[in-house]
Amino acid sequence: MSFFRLFTILFALIVSFQPALASRIADTDLSSRIVALGAGGFDDLEKAIANLAASGDDRVPAVLDRLGNGELVVRKADGAVFFADKAGTDFRLTDPVTGSDAGLAPKATVEKVKVNNRIRRTIASAVGALTLISPDPAVRRAAAEAVMKSADAAAIPVLNQAIATETVADIRAMMMAARATALLASSASEADKVAAIAAIADLGSRDALGFLSGYTSTEGAVGDAARKAVAAIESRLMLWDIGQNLWYGLSLGSVLLLAAIGLAITFGVMGVINMAHGEMVMLGAYATFTVQEVIRTSWPGLFDYSLLIALPVAFLTAALAGILIERLVIRWLYGRPLETLLATWGVSLILQQTVRSIYGANNREVGNPSWMSGSFSVGDIQITWTRLWIILFAVAVFLALIAVLKRTRLGLEMRAVTQNRQMAAAVGIRTPLVDALTFGLGSGIAGLAGVALSQIDNVSPNLGRGYIIDSFMVVVFGGVGNLWGTLVGALTLGVANKVLEPYAGAVLGKIILLVAIILFIQKRPRGLFALKGRAVEA
Amino acid sequence: MIISFLVDSLDRRGRIVVILLVVLALLVPAGNLLVPEGSAFHVSTYQLTLCGKYLTYALLALSVDLVWGYCGILSLGHGAFFALGGYAMGMYLMRQIGARGVYADPMLPDFMVFLNWKELPWFWQGFDMAWYAFLMVVLVPGVIALLFGWLSFRSRVTGVYLSIITQALTYALLLAFFRNDMGFGGNNGLTDFKDILGFPIQAPGTRAALFAASALMLALGFVVASAVVRSKLGKVLVAIRDAESRTRFIGYRVEHYKLFVWTLSAVMAGVAGALYVPQVGIINPSEFDPSASIEAVIWVAVGGRGTLIGPLIGAVAVNFGKTWFTGVLPEIWLYALGALFVVVTLFLPRGIVGLWDRVVSRRAKPAPDVDGSGRQAGEAA
Amino acid sequence: MTDKAEGSLLYLDDVSVSFDGFRAINRLSLVLEPGEMRAIIGPNGAGKTTMMDIITGKTRPDTGDVLFDGSVDLTRLDEAAIANLGIGRKFQKPTVFESHSVEDNIALALKARRGAFAALFHSRSAAEQQRIDTLLATIRLADKRDLLAARLSHGQKQWLEIGMLLAQEPRLLLVDEPAAGMTDAETTETAILLKEIAKTQSVVVVEHDMTFVRALGVKVTVLHEGSVLAEGSLDTVSANPKVIEVYLGR
Repeated sequence: MSFFRLFTILFALIVSFQPALASRIADTDLSSRIVALGAGGFDDLEKAIANLAASGDDRVPAVLDRLGNGELVVRKADGAVFFADKAGTDFRLTDPVTGSDAGLAPKATVEKVKVNNRIRRTIASAVGALTLISPDPAVRRAAAEAVMKSADAAAIPVLNQAIATETVADIRAMMMAARATALLASSASEADKVAAIAAIADLGSRDALGFLSGYTSTEGAVGDAARKAVAAIESRLMLWDIGQNLWYGLSLGSVLLLAAIGLAITFGVMGVINMAHGEMVMLGAYATFTVQEVIRTSWPGLFDYSLLIALPVAFLTAALAGILIERLVIRWLYGRPLETLLATWGVSLILQQTVRSIYGANNREVGNPSWMSGSFSVGDIQITWTRLWIILFAVAVFLALIAVLKRTRLGLEMRAVTQNRQMAAAVGIRTPLVDALTFGLGSGIAGLAGVALSQIDNVSPNLGRGYIIDSFMVVVFGGVGNLWGTLVGALTLGVANKVLEPYAGAVLGKIILLVAIILFIQKRPRGLFALKGRAVEA
Repeated sequence: MIISFLVDSLDRRGRIVVILLVVLALLVPAGNLLVPEGSAFHVSTYQLTLCGKYLTYALLALSVDLVWGYCGILSLGHGAFFALGGYAMGMYLMRQIGARGVYADPMLPDFMVFLNWKELPWFWQGFDMAWYAFLMVVLVPGVIALLFGWLSFRSRVTGVYLSIITQALTYALLLAFFRNDMGFGGNNGLTDFKDILGFPIQAPGTRAALFAASALMLALGFVVASAVVRSKLGKVLVAIRDAESRTRFIGYRVEHYKLFVWTLSAVMAGVAGALYVPQVGIINPSEFDPSASIEAVIWVAVGGRGTLIGPLIGAVAVNFGKTWFTGVLPEIWLYALGALFVVVTLFLPRGIVGLWDRVVSRRAKPAPDVDGSGRQAGEAA
Repeated sequence: MTDKAEGSLLYLDDVSVSFDGFRAINRLSLVLEPGEMRAIIGPNGAGKTTMMDIITGKTRPDTGDVLFDGSVDLTRLDEAAIANLGIGRKFQKPTVFESHSVEDNIALALKARRGAFAALFHSRSAAEQQRIDTLLATIRLADKRDLLAARLSHGQKQWLEIGMLLAQEPRLLLVDEPAAGMTDAETTETAILLKEIAKTQSVVVVEHDMTFVRALGVKVTVLHEGSVLAEGSLDTVSANPKVIEVYLGR
């Protein structure tokens, strides 16, 4: 971590919270403190910086920033200090106090205020000090974090000052840890350092771990304390890591669920192998892209609602495509699953190429609406809003589908047709219509999955290819014809994948999983929740 | 005895095919090497290599047909065996480069030097010897097929389930071979070959010999397949395809029969891959792509599954179409291929050969022939 | 329990099997003597086909013993092994190999070594050819020997399947509804054929058609809800009030 970067962070903080710190001293006072920067060697400069910082004026950080960048000059003629911007061979001078233009000056007439690393450090902690006493708690927290990362002994007095006045408990803890890190870097006594380590360990964060691990190879009491503290933090973080991986797994599982659940209808309920299922997902994603494009150009104000508008559009697009495929191709192939597989593969090639011809082969950008951007954390677990919404969406789609199957007339007829086609036809159900609608429903759900996937994956003509094998694995693993099996299958595979990843790496983890599923199917050819008995054989 | 067993197995059509392939093995190289360039009978090296590639595809198609057309096992992963055979050959060719690589390491192929490896991994040992490498061409796909088949057929995974897990198999291998750590050159695969059996690989003579080898190997594969199909074992295979459980209740151990034909077919695919690699000059993980395997299935479907000539015709016809389309109208090719899948499954369940037979038998006697496509709804699921 | 099984050809004792909680076979016991012919009747869902599945190894019973020849435990063997022991089965729906000729259907079923390599190098001997000819004559399909099995009529397929069963030379034949879908004349002839077979082999016939069962004139076992309801001659069991109740409903 360079001091310079620390400084920029802090500076950015100040600038962004500008209105909150409107504290100023008299222009003449500030001016004299600034002039002091240009007089004397590094020692004097250091003192001058401290003096300047002590003013607490909100113009100070800009001055220090310029100083750190080497853009502060002294006019040889009168010793006045200015901001300098290159203008050809000359410098354009700006008054640091008033911000007014002080005209052009030839290079020879001014002298740059030189800085070295020590000075940069001083600047950093000075800015840190300024922000540590900011009235805005968020600025103080960020400042304490930044100072902690810099671990600069020079910041100790400022920190002491800040700690004394700090009222928010966790910011105060952060400041104390920052002081401890600074202390460790200084030449304080061993006992102080051990106490400092304890203070840092109390934080338990990843930063603390990173910092402390730098001391584990130290001899003596400090090293012992550091090793102990690192072990303690690691075991605590491991739990959080497991939590984080579970979250990632849940998130992947919900994506798999979305992709597979439509397949659970077409394959699981109807027994149709639709290799173009992935392309239904892709159509949904492109429908989302198109809706966003139209909104972007015509009604930009509606952008935040674009996904909600895209949902029905994607559903209907994919469902219509599905119904067309069923009527034109699949219905001629009922009872011949292997032929269906080949024909729908052909359909998938045609769909891919069609989309490629219309939208081009490159990835298309689908934006996040504001309510889906950003993230928050629970403990040490990072949760992005996108992923959270996708999980909720997957659950909603799943429950809605169950409801459709269990509670609607269509669901009843669907189940009737799958259980006994002749009988269903005999009691007056129009089986061709039910077939088409069932297939449309499965495809439409794939379209909905496309809306969700457009938020986290590249929208390209190959989008569907990446999901088709995974989806089949989920359905087969969970047990064909059982929606709850698909849910369990998707979540199991998602979590297993993410739990394996840290140990085996992403690719090897996936290979292990594929092999595991291949072996699993050998043991239970009909999946986790298989139906048994004569009905299946028929 | 074996030879008479093999030769007796050919019917009239089969003999024509074998003779044609042998003639091809002689004439095409002659057309390339002996006929002067200006002549109408001259075969360019590009055409020669292209045709050689088609012949290896035909052998792959034949192997797919053996399991699908005759035993009802739709493999969506035969490309994996093809690629494994190809990699075994590729490893031999890599070792032949020796110190002529960019890094001039006498032992290590370039990509290993690039990855900073210090010594040859154990599974690369022995590939400097041709006999060992050729053995591996047969053994690696064979053993993997044997293991996979033993597990799957024993637990009676059939129909689409089997198709899906064969696809998973090739997908898993695709991912694995993409990894640099696996030691197969990762993304780039194996390429920049110099010579084979001591002959420079780019030389016209070598290319002609490779073509002849492909044609003869296809002929051999055809004779073997024909012998298998026309034996009692072949009839049991068809019986399994049409009514698996009936075959069991007669006392046949269905899994043993499936395992036999599955392994044989994988070996054929592996040999095809091994002949393919020196002719195209590269092998990379894309050969494991599930879509490549499915494409091989459509060659069989187009030509006519359950016939031995069908896959040969299909493989050559479709790939000729692919070469032509990608040269003239590249955007149209995927439409054409996609449409081919749909049209063949819907309207031509017996492929070109089936169509031809129907035309011939119509002309011979007016009574229309029964469509014996074996539509057995009960067994299909 | 093996003592009781001694001397019997087929011995089922206390066999139960359930599918997803539904008890298809419930404590079923049945003994068949060598050379015996037995008819099994019962309403739909009585467990007739499931019983056949258990004997032939397609379904594993949850509990109970299934012994062949007094000592061979059938529950440990698979379909192929059981078939090779000498138990042949004819399905309810006639299943023949549709894309093979009639003659090849018989040839495939012919008793011979069943290994894959034996089959690969098999060539048909004169004795085998003679046996095929005899069987084709028995089932009256000699003139249709080169026809694809797919082109046979329903009744002819039934006969071809019986022919295939005979070709296996089984010691026990399990025949599931052989008369289903046959004309009256065919039914009568089938009964005669089965009686002929029963002279040398043991036969279990599952049948709905009472006239057919009467024509066979053998001991009858009535199954109901997975267990034996009554046993005896057809007249005895038809007079049994429990049987009447099951068939006519209450």
